[in-house]
Amino acid sequence: MNARIMKHPILGERDPGKTMQFTFNGCAYSALEGETVAAALLASGIRTLRVHEEKGTPRGMYCNIGHCYECRVTINGIPTVRACMTLVEESMIVEAGTVLPTPLQKGGHHGCLIP
Amino acid sequence: MLDSLIIGAGPAGLAAAVASARQGLRVRVVDEFYQPGGRLLGQLHQEPDGTWWNGLAEAARLQQEAVEAGAEIRCGVSVFHVTRQDTSWIVSTSEGVMEASMLLIATGASETPVPIPGWTLPGVMSIGAAQVMTNVQRVRVGTRGVIIGINILSVAIARELLLAEVKVDRMILPAHSVISGDASHPVAVMQSMLRIAHLAPSPLIRMGSKWMKSTWMQRLGTALYPSRGFSMWGIPIQLRTAALAIIGVNQVEGVRIAHITPDGQPVSGTEQIIPADFVCIAGELSPLAELAAVAGCPFAYVPSLGGHIPIHNERMQTPLDGLYVAGNITGIESAKVALAQGTAAGMSMAFSHGSLRDPHVLSDSIKQIEIVRNNATLQFHPGIRAGRMQVGLMAAERSL
Repeated sequence: MNARIMKHPILGERDPGKTMQFTFNGCAYSALEGETVAAALLASGIRTLRVHEEKGTPRGMYCNIGHCYECRVTINGIPTVRACMTLVEESMIVEAGTVLPTPLQKGGHHGCLIP
Repeated sequence: MLDSLIIGAGPAGLAAAVASARQGLRVRVVDEFYQPGGRLLGQLHQEPDGTWWNGLAEAARLQQEAVEAGAEIRCGVSVFHVTRQDTSWIVSTSEGVMEASMLLIATGASETPVPIPGWTLPGVMSIGAAQVMTNVQRVRVGTRGVIIGINILSVAIARELLLAEVKVDRMILPAHSVISGDASHPVAVMQSMLRIAHLAPSPLIRMGSKWMKSTWMQRLGTALYPSRGFSMWGIPIQLRTAALAIIGVNQVEGVRIAHITPDGQPVSGTEQIIPADFVCIAGELSPLAELAAVAGCPFAYVPSLGGHIPIHNERMQTPLDGLYVAGNITGIESAKVALAQGTAAGMSMAFSHGSLRDPHVLSDSIKQIEIVRNNATLQFHPGIRAGRMQVGLMAAERSL
């Protein structure tokens, strides 16, 4: 089943507009004009937009209106951009968040401060 | 310098822009979303007379009226600080500092998150997220979903999902917790659902709601309530089932559910896992009032209005010089009430500015709010009037 709702009984047909190409983690995807990064990826079956910075568990869009920041990604090199609030542009480069190093945590738990 | 800066391009903000720009004020509206309309954008429901309320069309109409009246609308702008300096408001945004003699905060409401084990899995989203994805972005959120949380908003959005051919397997309650409160209590949920039963498509449910006015009848109703639930538009609504956890490895694969007693306690031995590839969690709405707090506005805690409300009078003025509020930041009600409040706030700003020739226009716009409220097909909370009166009294105490 196509995830895009091109025909709607009340809202009518969706004008596809122009199709744009963008990449997510190096893979090519296409988006219709007016789709956010989160919407275009969901239409291609991609739900995981990042992993938890410490635990590495998968995360995706939650509120879709910019409140929760769960969908934060890196776009054209700029980190912490909300995928749900950003419209896809031609040749956009989107990258998922990754696990970050936590060098201080180990010291905090097992270092000399705690005998 | 701007006469009026409006934060939020939803029904209240846009209506205020139309009203004040028509009276000759220099008006700018800013909004964080990439398209004006706020929560109007996703709204799509059928009125009792059979006509459709199409929020997208309403938003487009308001946007056009605002632009024609001379207001400027800037989208994709986030506001992170507001402060009063001398005779103007200094507003810090992602697009630089803006200055205006009057500031209207019309930021609307946000959904209260209801944590459920497994809710961070991709495929779990707020009910509002599903609405925007379906009706605005026009992408299906999945092929088979479960909605956790039964309230006015989630029932309306369940039908919107159905219209877009997204299968909703069932609607159930969240398991009892400190946070879920009444939302996990079958009797309490039934009471709140009875207020919207007159909108139900089934005459049986409408009729049933008339018989269920008394509390003991409701209790009996919930006790006898079949575990498979009743259905609205073919979607099973199960008041006697709760979600214990959302299951999945890399994304949602199912929901672990159990039957619950009329008081919301899980019945042992009834646990099972139902498959799903998406889950919507529906919390209650509360006013999005951080900017009013940052500005230094005093608040009133009014549960019937959804939480902490910036104190304001009927002219939508707060006790702070030149600071106005309108829409759901003043209490959770329908978009139509927000629209009427926005018009009144716009007229009120024009009056303060000295550009309103006929003061009756302002008093009429205030009366119009009450007319719209009286004509509303559904009330979000039975205590709205009492709550509004409480806020009004607190404003009067401050000789507003």
